[in-house]
Amino acid sequence: MSTFVYMTRCDGCGHCVDICPSDIMHIDETIRRAVNIEPNFCWECYSCVKACPQNAIDVRGYADFAPMGHSVRVLREEEKGTISWKIKFRNGTTKDFVSPITTKPWGKHIPKLAEKEKPSKEALDSQLLYSEPKGLNIDTGLPEMKKEKFKQGVYY
Amino acid sequence: MGKIKTVYEDCDILVVGGGMAGTGATFEARYWGRDLKIVCVEKANIDRSGAVAQGLYAINCYMGMQWNENQPEDHVRYARNDLMGLVREDLGYDMARHVDSTVHMFDEWGLPMMRDEKTGRYLREGKWQIMIHGESYKPIVAEAAKKSADKIYNRIMITHLLMDESNQNRVGGAVGFNMRTGDYHVFRAKSVIVAAGGASHIFKPRAVGEGMGRTWYAPWSNGSAYALPIAVGAKMTQMENRIVLTRFKDGYGPVGAYFLHLKTYTRNGKGENYEKKWYEQTKKLVGEYIDHHPVPTCLRNHAFIEEVKAGGGPIHMVTTEAFQDPHLEVIGWENFLGMTIGQAVVWASQNIDPKYEDPELTTSEPYVMGSHATCSGAWVSGPEDLSPPEYFWGYNRMLTVKGLFGAGDTVGGSAHKFSSGSFTEGRLAAKAAVKYIQDLGNEKIEVNNKQCEDFKKIIYQPLENYKIGRNEITAGTVSPSYILPIQGLQRLQKIMDEYCGGIGVNYMTNENLLKKGIELLDMLQEDLEHIGAEDYHQLMRAWELKHRALTSQCVAEHTLFREETRWPGYYYRGDHMKLDDENWHCLTLSRRDPKTGKFTMEKAPLYHIVDEKKNEAS
Ligand SMILES: Cc1cc2nc3c(=O)[nH]c(=O)nc-3n(C[C@H](O)[C@H](O)[C@H](O)COP(=O)(O)OP(=O)(O)OC[C@H]3O[C@@H](n4cnc5c(N)ncnc54)[C@H](O)[C@@H]3O)c2cc1C
Ligand code: SF4
Ligand code: SF4
Repeated sequence: MSTFVYMTRCDGCGHCVDICPSDIMHIDETIRRAVNIEPNFCWECYSCVKACPQNAIDVRGYADFAPMGHSVRVLREEEKGTISWKIKFRNGTTKDFVSPITTKPWGKHIPKLAEKEKPSKEALDSQLLYSEPKGLNIDTGLPEMKKEKFKQGVYY
Repeated sequence: MGKIKTVYEDCDILVVGGGMAGTGATFEARYWGRDLKIVCVEKANIDRSGAVAQGLYAINCYMGMQWNENQPEDHVRYARNDLMGLVREDLGYDMARHVDSTVHMFDEWGLPMMRDEKTGRYLREGKWQIMIHGESYKPIVAEAAKKSADKIYNRIMITHLLMDESNQNRVGGAVGFNMRTGDYHVFRAKSVIVAAGGASHIFKPRAVGEGMGRTWYAPWSNGSAYALPIAVGAKMTQMENRIVLTRFKDGYGPVGAYFLHLKTYTRNGKGENYEKKWYEQTKKLVGEYIDHHPVPTCLRNHAFIEEVKAGGGPIHMVTTEAFQDPHLEVIGWENFLGMTIGQAVVWASQNIDPKYEDPELTTSEPYVMGSHATCSGAWVSGPEDLSPPEYFWGYNRMLTVKGLFGAGDTVGGSAHKFSSGSFTEGRLAAKAAVKYIQDLGNEKIEVNNKQCEDFKKIIYQPLENYKIGRNEITAGTVSPSYILPIQGLQRLQKIMDEYCGGIGVNYMTNENLLKKGIELLDMLQEDLEHIGAEDYHQLMRAWELKHRALTSQCVAEHTLFREETRWPGYYYRGDHMKLDDENWHCLTLSRRDPKTGKFTMEKAPLYHIVDEKKNEAS
């Protein structure tokens, strides 16, 4: 069933509902906990698993090709800037991996373009984008091509 | 219907879809359009939406001009070669000359880039790809979009574009519904940038049970990028150029890092290199294209498919050598954990440890998209300084409908953009949209109430269909008056699979099959008037299906029009098995008349602006 939710861990906070790109994590009105309402539209993208503060969501590989008895668990730690994985095979073998998810503190290094100096009319009429040509890290400016070089039809 | 609330929003630039291209567009629009109102509307939640929801382990398009690694014209040669000669070189060149500035921003924003310890440069996976720890790629670009937008709407599915009353070929906004509240949303906008991603699930997937969602392209990529413009009569191009991917079996884990970085390779069931076995046969079909380097993706698929048909399966990826190096083993696993976690789940479940066992590969069902090794999508204007007259009508990345722009998977003809190129194309479209609005001056775009009210009725009709039909029957899913979204989806997939060249027929089709398929698709279209939706979530599924069905009709018409087999390994026209440069070294264009629903087809000239001087090495 792809993702599923443990009854005793879920507190119905709705973070998973908020994030699921497939809109299939819903809060069941009777039990007031989350449930995957359409397992066959789940991508096993783990967005909900990563977002759940209670670690209440797990994945059981798709029934039509994944034998039981395995698990792939994740812990995403925003402040530390890391993500950790634990893979358990059906035969008990385990593997662990840790990767960085960002190199900078969140929310500080992406510019607010509304506060940048206003671009000129010439800049708007040029082919340059924001941060260019400087942001290309080359001295020769934005590459160009002469229109005269066009050749129609079979070329090879 | 009366009780459904209508929410109006007037803006200058409306971005439909907040994926890679949509976040790029929203971000850049603010720089050029300081005083403009910029709104982005997204079907899911932009923090984790689109094809990059899980993250990515590589940026597949980076020139590295600062180190003289590649130049834009090299990329044009590469994409052209991979697509068997047919790409819009103006669009490709334009994307490639800007893409480095995008990637440098990602680096500054905190996206963890891997570096070559010796040179300090970005670590190359292959000639074009650089490796990243991209688990948070999507939240990072989402933050950029949020910082620029006046407003971001999550969980609203756009179903239709609005048109200006005074100019039948000018866009006036878009409408949709909120799948949580059920509210009807009307966005009146001077310009619209469609960045709604590609199309999965129009062909029957290999897994049809619980695992049907584990397609290679995300199950939520539902073809709105194509259906929205098609419905208003915008021209589309190369829609026949669907893509089939060689991927790890069942999980569809990508093979790029394995081939390029880990240097793993493929073998047939007997341990032989099968690719060279099919060289002569392929040469008879496509001529000297088989001698190009690198071998085009479709032709490698072709060898795979032929070998499996001939009984040489299963095809294995030889990982047992590379995985002896612990560092490469880590990369092999992290590659999946970073972008296709389902593959790790499959291997864990089947006890496949690639260090000790060579995993199986498969060829996927076809997908329709415009940013990968394929270039289906809308026919757009190129940039003024590069594009010949047939490719230029005023504003970069504008469709043949005024004020309507596209980026990423939406845009046809420009292959091999991937995540970075899609973001870049969004930036290009946004800048052009700002210019368009400035040139518009005081001219008013008018969208009257009737247009909005008519769409409101159409959008919620599936709820009515269900309510009425449901009372006719005792219980269950079988009704004589409606079909459910999943039922319609399975019908669509069966038609496309059997008549339009899916996995069930080894990607084979012909004129007779296509004509029959088009007839059945027409009937499906009629039946979709009777689709029934139980709730707002199913209403979303209903509209996803409608968009997929319109996309599919366009794909079938294009496939019928091109009387050759240009990309063996993607699909075959059994009645025209050979590549035919004399008649078909051109682009195909379609237009659907919004009034009659009929498609007309034409050929468009193919301009080569880049010479073939340099060796087209990978
Ligand atoms: C498994 C996999 C691996 C990949 N690997 C790589 C890689 O290693 N490197 C790389 O560079 N690229 C890679 N790609 C390709 C890359 O993800 C795409 O090229 C890119 O995401 C395309 O951008 P886009 O904006 O066109 O589409 P998307 O990013 O998919 O965005 C489309 C957005 O539109 C929204 N939407 C759709 N319909 C509607 C609607 N009707 N109303 C409102 N919103 C809507 C969607 O929810 C989504 O957010 C990979 C893709 C996949 C699936
Ligand atoms: S995020 Fe976790 S705890 Fe919150 S509703 Fe979802 S499963 Fe339950
Ligand atoms: S794994 Fe992804 S698709 Fe599946 S329920 Fe969770 S968020 Fe949704």
